[in-house]
Amino acid sequence: MLQFFLRRLGMVIPTFIGVSLFAFALIHLIPGDVVTIMGGERGVSAETRAELEAMLGLDKPLWQQYFIYIGGILQGDLGTSYVTGKPVLSEFMARFPATLELTLCAGIFAVAVGLTLGILAAIRRGGWLDHTVMTISLAGYSMPIFWWGLLLILLFSVTLGWTPVSGRMDVMFWVEDVTGFMLIDTLLSPAKGAFASALQHLLLPAIVLGTIPMAVIARMTRSSMLEVLGEDYIRTARAKGLSKGRIVAKHALRNALIPVITVMGLQVGMLLSGAILTETIFAWPGIGKWLIEAINRRDYPVVQGGLLLIATLIIVINLLVDLMYGVVNPRVRHSK
Amino acid sequence: MKKGIPILVVVIAILAAAVWWFSSSDDQQVAEATTFVYCSEASPEGFNPAFYTSGTTFDAAGRTMFNRLVEFERGGTNVVPGLAESWEISDDGLTYTFHLREGVEFHTNHGFEPSRDFNAEDVLWSFNRQMDESHPYHGVSNQDYSYFGYMGMADAIESLTAPDDMTVVFELSAPNAPFLANLAMDFASIGSAEYADAMLEAGTPEQVDQLPIATGPFMLTDYQQDAVIRYTANPTYWEGAADIDRLVFSITPDASVRYAKLRSGECHHMVYPNPADIAEMQDDENINVMSAPGLNVGYLAFNTEKPPFDNKLVRQALNMATNKESILEAVYQGAGETAKNPIPPTMWSYNDDVVDYEYDPEGARELLAEAGYPNGFSTDIWAMPVQRPYNPNARRMAELIQSDWAAVGVDAEIVSYEWGEYLDRTSDGDHQTAMLGWTGDNGDPDNFLNTLLGCQAAATGGNIAFWCNDEFNTLVNDALRVSDSEQRTALYEQAQLVFKEEAPWITVAHSVVYEPMSPAVQGYKMSPFGVHTFYGVSLAESE
Repeated sequence: MLQFFLRRLGMVIPTFIGVSLFAFALIHLIPGDVVTIMGGERGVSAETRAELEAMLGLDKPLWQQYFIYIGGILQGDLGTSYVTGKPVLSEFMARFPATLELTLCAGIFAVAVGLTLGILAAIRRGGWLDHTVMTISLAGYSMPIFWWGLLLILLFSVTLGWTPVSGRMDVMFWVEDVTGFMLIDTLLSPAKGAFASALQHLLLPAIVLGTIPMAVIARMTRSSMLEVLGEDYIRTARAKGLSKGRIVAKHALRNALIPVITVMGLQVGMLLSGAILTETIFAWPGIGKWLIEAINRRDYPVVQGGLLLIATLIIVINLLVDLMYGVVNPRVRHSK
Repeated sequence: MKKGIPILVVVIAILAAAVWWFSSSDDQQVAEATTFVYCSEASPEGFNPAFYTSGTTFDAAGRTMFNRLVEFERGGTNVVPGLAESWEISDDGLTYTFHLREGVEFHTNHGFEPSRDFNAEDVLWSFNRQMDESHPYHGVSNQDYSYFGYMGMADAIESLTAPDDMTVVFELSAPNAPFLANLAMDFASIGSAEYADAMLEAGTPEQVDQLPIATGPFMLTDYQQDAVIRYTANPTYWEGAADIDRLVFSITPDASVRYAKLRSGECHHMVYPNPADIAEMQDDENINVMSAPGLNVGYLAFNTEKPPFDNKLVRQALNMATNKESILEAVYQGAGETAKNPIPPTMWSYNDDVVDYEYDPEGARELLAEAGYPNGFSTDIWAMPVQRPYNPNARRMAELIQSDWAAVGVDAEIVSYEWGEYLDRTSDGDHQTAMLGWTGDNGDPDNFLNTLLGCQAAATGGNIAFWCNDEFNTLVNDALRVSDSEQRTALYEQAQLVFKEEAPWITVAHSVVYEPMSPAVQGYKMSPFGVHTFYGVSLAESE
């Protein structure tokens, strides 16, 4: 087991170097330099250019900039934002709870609805329920997040008036930032109705963000369930006279879930990248919205640092999933 | 065997209960009749307006919390008294003396209690910080004083002194008539020197930029990063407390979502609507759409250093060959007006007597023949790769111009580069004809005519027509030296006639800005500068 763990961990290091190099190269390979763009139509005098480049550390050769950057990372310093002058790491940490809250709720939605629909479709294979579920999940999978979000806003917020359009909290409420998780902070706050407002604000973005993973999980659950339901031991269980519900819940589901868990792990990346779009639509103050604004303003340290942190997060989660899978399924541990 | 169905029923029941609960929880919210919610487009870069150049930051900081020595009148470009009650300009145009307003109180906010009213010390602190590299605050927050640099203030100001507590004197290095308008710009906002000293002593100088103390109509109460900015009205504001008690900026980056929020009553005012939504908004009786021409111009510049554009007849001919009306329709989709002068019609000294070249392909062909190009010639049209306030779609505009020119025998190839590269190359003069535009900074004609068309700008790159005309250049530089606005107007009007005759540009259009708001919003005035000011605004009861 230790060997397996070390082998997996060893693979993280080259991945991490690759990501840091990629994030660095991507932002520097975009033609046009940040100083010219800052000046826009007004232009930049040679003096100002030299001054700004020195201030931003852009006056050194690219490879030196990269090593300075990596050196900083190794010391836990991701640089400071050009725009706000604050450390990238603290800016990230200030916004991360919002993204985590949204992602977790979207994940819960995706798993709860996806699993339920997948199981229902499998046991009613070929029936109208199956067809409906498969249509919904295909549509859900193909739905562009932008369009789907606006559609839900128009229906539930503008036409029906059930949910607020965007944001994390009604502007009338002043909730103190304790944990950064609005659902918890509102419970700690004396403001009456704040929790309901937070929940209301969370509903649409969580559904929009959770839709694609929900569709993937539903399809995976259905096919995995169908495969398991065709196994000999299920036939045996049925021959023993067990009820269909008991067979599904006790015998089939556990085995059917193994591939589904893998898929769920992979969806974390999907959720984090989807969060970037979802946060922009719903004006959700998380890291997605922060990154988009940083890209628009060419705030290099924020874009680099943000990409690196998100990539690290995905690497770590995949590592955990891998390790857990090894715990659950001994065959994985021994494969070379 | 029917295990799945009950689960589904339970899920649906929970969802239904949640929806009911949510929709019935509205009445728990406290109704605040005098809270004004503004749906803004992005997070401010910070709260010190001297550091930044974006309207987003000016809205959130400069226009809400701060004042300047002089101000732009609400809804216009005229300069009116602000923290300075009056001023004198010496005859040689070199000495500006400002008499400061008495009894102006600073905000009591962020745990800071000012011990004195506003005085000359605050003015000195606010300017010295930007121009004096040895000032203890110069390097605080590690930011660049961009606009101070753009407007050439460091070269313009010879010295700044305070002969007494309520007077400040600027000595200039050369007569500079737009200087007064520059002082009304956001970068010239005045902060509290007493607060700065206190923060320096406490070892937290950055706080001055993050939680500023100033004299403006609103005080910053709370900023939830990227989500909401809250302000309360300054009860002791020198012009009288604002009508709205609380001002909220709800940061909403997507234009369609801002529109949805306006429709559902979650905000009173939104910025930057999608052009495609404007017609629908105008038909909606629950939305009031205000519009005003922006302080900008979109143009196509001929590189007058390169043949055949060194020939005035060729430039005039291509002006006549271009159908601006069809560009306006296809590119601006109604959100613009054709331009005949290089300055927008909202700016003082705009010369309405100037007659534009009429669209006349036949006449253009004749002029080209006269210039020695009876069979036309080949050239290029450079189109910006990005959307700008003065030109929503340069590529489309280039295509239309290309086909107009083809009709008179001029064969033009469309060229485009990445934005930074485009700016570099056009200022180096790599193009034959190139599109660009300008948005005004200080409402002064000099900011267009000299910055974009003067001989000095031809040398430094701002003038991408590389047009250096003695008559024009003398007129705009004379206007810089006189402070009498009537005299200046006469000079600029004359300069516009010279410009039109010489035709270094095709002046294409001025874009029109739309601002949708709730009908309950009263007294709002659109700023030609594209900033948003909520002092003087009230909300009607009927909401």
